[in-house]
Amino acid sequence: MSQSIVDVSAKAGFSFDLCKRNEMLTQKGLKAPSFLKTGTTIVGLIFKDGVILGADTRATEGPIVADKNCEKIHYMAPNIYCCGTAADTEAVTDMVSSQLRLHRYETGRDSRVITALTLLKKHLFSYQGHVSAALVLGGVDITGPHLHTIDPNGLTETLPFATMGSGSLAAMSVFEAKYKEGLTRDEGIKLVAEAICSGIFNDLGSGSNVDICVITKGNKEYLRNYMEPNPRTYVSSKGYSFTKKTEVLLTKITPLLERVEITEVGEAMEE
Amino acid sequence: MSIFEYNGSAVVAMVGKNCFAIASDRRLGVQLQTIATDFQRISKIHDHLFIGLSGLATDVQTLYQRLVFRHKLYQLREERDMKPETFASLVSAILYEKRFGPFLCQPVIAGLGDDNKPFICTMDSIGAKELAKDFVVSGTASESLYGACEAMFKPDMEAEELFETISQALLSSVDRDCLSGWGGHVYVVTPNEVKERILKGRMD
Repeated sequence: MSQSIVDVSAKAGFSFDLCKRNEMLTQKGLKAPSFLKTGTTIVGLIFKDGVILGADTRATEGPIVADKNCEKIHYMAPNIYCCGTAADTEAVTDMVSSQLRLHRYETGRDSRVITALTLLKKHLFSYQGHVSAALVLGGVDITGPHLHTIDPNGLTETLPFATMGSGSLAAMSVFEAKYKEGLTRDEGIKLVAEAICSGIFNDLGSGSNVDICVITKGNKEYLRNYMEPNPRTYVSSKGYSFTKKTEVLLTKITPLLERVEITEVGEAMEE
Repeated sequence: MSIFEYNGSAVVAMVGKNCFAIASDRRLGVQLQTIATDFQRISKIHDHLFIGLSGLATDVQTLYQRLVFRHKLYQLREERDMKPETFASLVSAILYEKRFGPFLCQPVIAGLGDDNKPFICTMDSIGAKELAKDFVVSGTASESLYGACEAMFKPDMEAEELFETISQALLSSVDRDCLSGWGGHVYVVTPNEVKERILKGRMD
């Protein structure tokens, strides 16, 4: 019985078996596909009691907006969150998040931000920048609040305030002008929101709403759609009316069995 | 020419009130020549879960077979159907595994989850999930589909109105795309039934 026909649980990691075929297709003149990128503005800053991360919510596919309200702030650990700018980010973040959880079980301690940083950095460096995930990683652990940025090549920086993505210059200008040490929670949120808005309005790759995550010792607050500076105006209350109905050639109706919840009542064991 | 324009395709899914609709065009071409007008792009995974795949037709069929295989194994092990969210994660993982030599197709997944709550999502060819609460589109006609759906979509539509909306959006978008068309194939799924309809469209 040949066991090599289909591989169900293949060995972990990437599988390169379609590379040759794809290269053949490219040589025949068919251009490779473009991937979903999130143009983006992501920022982080350290305030008096912890870290605040912020991100916009636009996902682009070339010049088209693919998702007007995507989530860019990803969970890594209960006290560590990370914002990312590309499709690779989700995969890398999920992978490191599960590695961190296993580590927590092994050590019996809360995860440290530096652990997440090292795991991400090692993975990204080993793929020499081909896994294009650029991240802002922030969290509060036993040693205090930390904020780091990670480049796709594996370069990391530890900073009091950071911005990444296509809107990073717009957001950095706001931070450079207004950041100071020892900000309170409300001041910090206001500054982060202002920096993201600067990215939203000035950068074409960023848009829609502002998401904010506030991490303090022992507590995290995810403010999804904290600000919605781009609501949809001119919504017609009448809606669309179709004068000509679609012509249907064939209809097939398949009735479905009703989904029944089966609760088995166990019988007590006989002594 | 881009690899996605080799065969041509258009797939769209929309959310309604306790129901969803998923629709695709029916053309299969080899660049500019049409070789089939009844190509099946939307396939059933289980009664309340459908996947529509756009892009290179050979990868569409291969990927569909792999997914059905994985789902059948899941059914044997868990003795139940996969939830749409779980299935979306599975598809994302299978696509990301081939990050550097990807399957050249973009899936659109639509299903009814717990409490008959509709779930739709789409992915790019390496598995970047995009969840949406209203509609998702994919294929060569995607730019027109974005525009048509954005204008025609209303939240909380019932099954009949949803069918009409998704059909009009699909047909008007493929009319503006040379590589997709030749009719439409629409599935409208409510908790009690699946209505599959074939639409008459322009045959050019």
